[in-house]
Amino acid sequence: MRLRVCHLYPDLMNLYGDRGNVITLTRRCLWRGIDLEVVPVGLGERVDFTRFDLLFMGGGQDKEQRLICDDFRQVKGTALAEAVEDGAAFLAICGAYQLLGRYYETGSGERLSGIGVLDVETRAGKKRMIGNVVVTSALDVGRTRTLVGFENHSGRTHLGPRVNALGNVCLGYGNNGEDGWEGAVYRNVVATYLHGSILPKNPWLADWLIAQALGRRYGEGTPLAPLDDTLERAAHDAAITHAESLARQDRTPRGRAVPGATRRVRT
Amino acid sequence: MRNLLAVWAGKATLGLSRRLGHGGSSLPGMVALRIQPALLLELARGLRRGTIIITGTNGKTTTARFLSTILEDAGLRLVHNRSGANLVAGLTSSFLEASRGGVVDADIALMEVDEATVPEAVRELRPLGLVVTNFFRDQLDRFGELDTTVSFIGRGLDAMQGHGFVALNADDPLVAYLGRGRGGHVVYYGVEDPASGSKVMTQTREQCQCLVCGRPLTYEVFYYGHLGRYGCPTGDFRRPAPGFRAGAVALGGSGGTAFTLSSPDRPDTQVRLPVPGLYNVYNGLAALTAALELGIPVERAAASLRRATASFGRMERIAMEGRSVLLALVKNPTGYNQVLRTILESGLPAGSPGRRLLMALNDKYADGTDVSWIWDVDFEVLAEPGAQVAGVVASGERAHDLAVRLKYAGVRRDQIQCVPDLGEALDLALGSTPAGETLFITPTYTAMLELRGIISRRGFAPQFWETGGEAAQP
Repeated sequence: MRLRVCHLYPDLMNLYGDRGNVITLTRRCLWRGIDLEVVPVGLGERVDFTRFDLLFMGGGQDKEQRLICDDFRQVKGTALAEAVEDGAAFLAICGAYQLLGRYYETGSGERLSGIGVLDVETRAGKKRMIGNVVVTSALDVGRTRTLVGFENHSGRTHLGPRVNALGNVCLGYGNNGEDGWEGAVYRNVVATYLHGSILPKNPWLADWLIAQALGRRYGEGTPLAPLDDTLERAAHDAAITHAESLARQDRTPRGRAVPGATRRVRT
Repeated sequence: MRNLLAVWAGKATLGLSRRLGHGGSSLPGMVALRIQPALLLELARGLRRGTIIITGTNGKTTTARFLSTILEDAGLRLVHNRSGANLVAGLTSSFLEASRGGVVDADIALMEVDEATVPEAVRELRPLGLVVTNFFRDQLDRFGELDTTVSFIGRGLDAMQGHGFVALNADDPLVAYLGRGRGGHVVYYGVEDPASGSKVMTQTREQCQCLVCGRPLTYEVFYYGHLGRYGCPTGDFRRPAPGFRAGAVALGGSGGTAFTLSSPDRPDTQVRLPVPGLYNVYNGLAALTAALELGIPVERAAASLRRATASFGRMERIAMEGRSVLLALVKNPTGYNQVLRTILESGLPAGSPGRRLLMALNDKYADGTDVSWIWDVDFEVLAEPGAQVAGVVASGERAHDLAVRLKYAGVRRDQIQCVPDLGEALDLALGSTPAGETLFITPTYTAMLELRGIISRRGFAPQFWETGGEAAQP
């Protein structure tokens, strides 16, 4: 079996070890005998997104966001929105999350328009939201999973009625530090503020994305062989313990949810 | 009177904190500044010549160390914040240490200054010169984003108001851009040796767009990271021609390096550095540029560098239980890649089962609380067939993150051991290193302090402040 991944703007949008996500997808496919081809796509390149099974885009600074915003408007935006509506799996981190939404308003009040496939709006706040994050998520149908990572953003994102949250914040700020939601999910798009990188310590999410991609190319229910995730699970659990201990020292804010809680993501 | 009181209180704190077994660092400065907020300015006025500020992401400490060796050889008395405690309180502490009766008895203050502190430090110290090494991603969680860091230095340069010299790394577009259209005395230094670079960028790239128009910069050669010979395709920004140049660079593994220094109105001079790595060529070149600007003869400066030593934990060798321990501080992807390259270039005794490494990752404030940068380090080189790595122990508060990173880099699962406790990890790593061979240790800042403590308690290394290094940031 083979899969093709489109890595959008790898040079410009790789702020906090985002490439770790691509490394993780590649290895987890390799270990299962799935041939994963990663195609970097840059500014000005016109792309037929139907050729890809999975899309990935990381975060960037305001300066890069501006370049991407122009490129979306002039070159890729329409095709990208069509691919999302068509059900392409997409992992979008931080800056990418913001630009899939309606707009991102920078600290200086400049409004960068996004492609609007996610019904979210983002405005920069004064204080950066920085620290370890623990989230519970009901993305994986029938199971409550946890996500661990690190966030660093000044953008405050608010969800509209047409998207789901990725999860509930247990520790950390999440979308805006106020409403207790983190990330957004729409069709097969997973958008989040978590880096760290997110996939290595949350292998279930990596496998969820791979499963969506396989399902699209080879039909629903294409089996995914299990892997030995002892090391990854230990890192996941250690990160939660560490975030808990920082929260006890008041260095990480507490959300409303508790790890392992079964509260449903809103629909 | 107020100065005297502040100095006295600061000195008392210093004495007390030493007696309690701490290295000193920021606390005495904090206490003294409480009493006299303008103390740094007051004390700096007493310098016979003035202050040199060294800033940038990587190489501050080593560059300062090199420059201090040159200046001390030239008979100058220095105030030097060797500690790496480089926020305002830390700077004040080092002045306190050098003061007698409320007056500083020194010619030059050599200050390595944290990027965010540069504007304030320039206003307080009114420096003779400012050296900028490079800008890489480091502790982004502290400053937000790289652009913010660069703008701090820009504001610092503005605050110099044309006084003194500014020495900029021509090979780093982010640094070189700071000199564009700037009045006053700006000099550039850079490497001119395409043979020691490569045509393609192999390592994680910072943004490489033109700072004028935003188009991607094109490179004739990359030295490391985004350092190289670059230009904007539209011609509105290009690498400035450096006045101080390192040519014919010879990298000799962990032994040392050599290059030829060319500078305006001086004969070409052969420079030998007893420390490895291309990044140290840049550190040596930056120190030489500042020394020459201060009027030190080039032959004397080069002769001093020959006996310069590695600074605190930057690449130190310690003999321990019949093994050689090489301690190399790591703080960000670019530095880590350079350290890995140096480790893999070092010779291996015939019949050795392979290289042994201990990697320690903490996430305290001084390390950077976000460890995602390890995904930008090219650990993949450890899994290459020629790397001959026998085993890696991952340790520190974020040992598990590191172990996962190594697994995804392709290091064999049975070669990775995850031992968060540093003392246990050291025992395990030393125990698996055959007698007569080297254990390479790559700790982040606070992990290095902890490891140095463990090693010295076992009687193998001097207490760190005796070697001129000292702890730590808040």
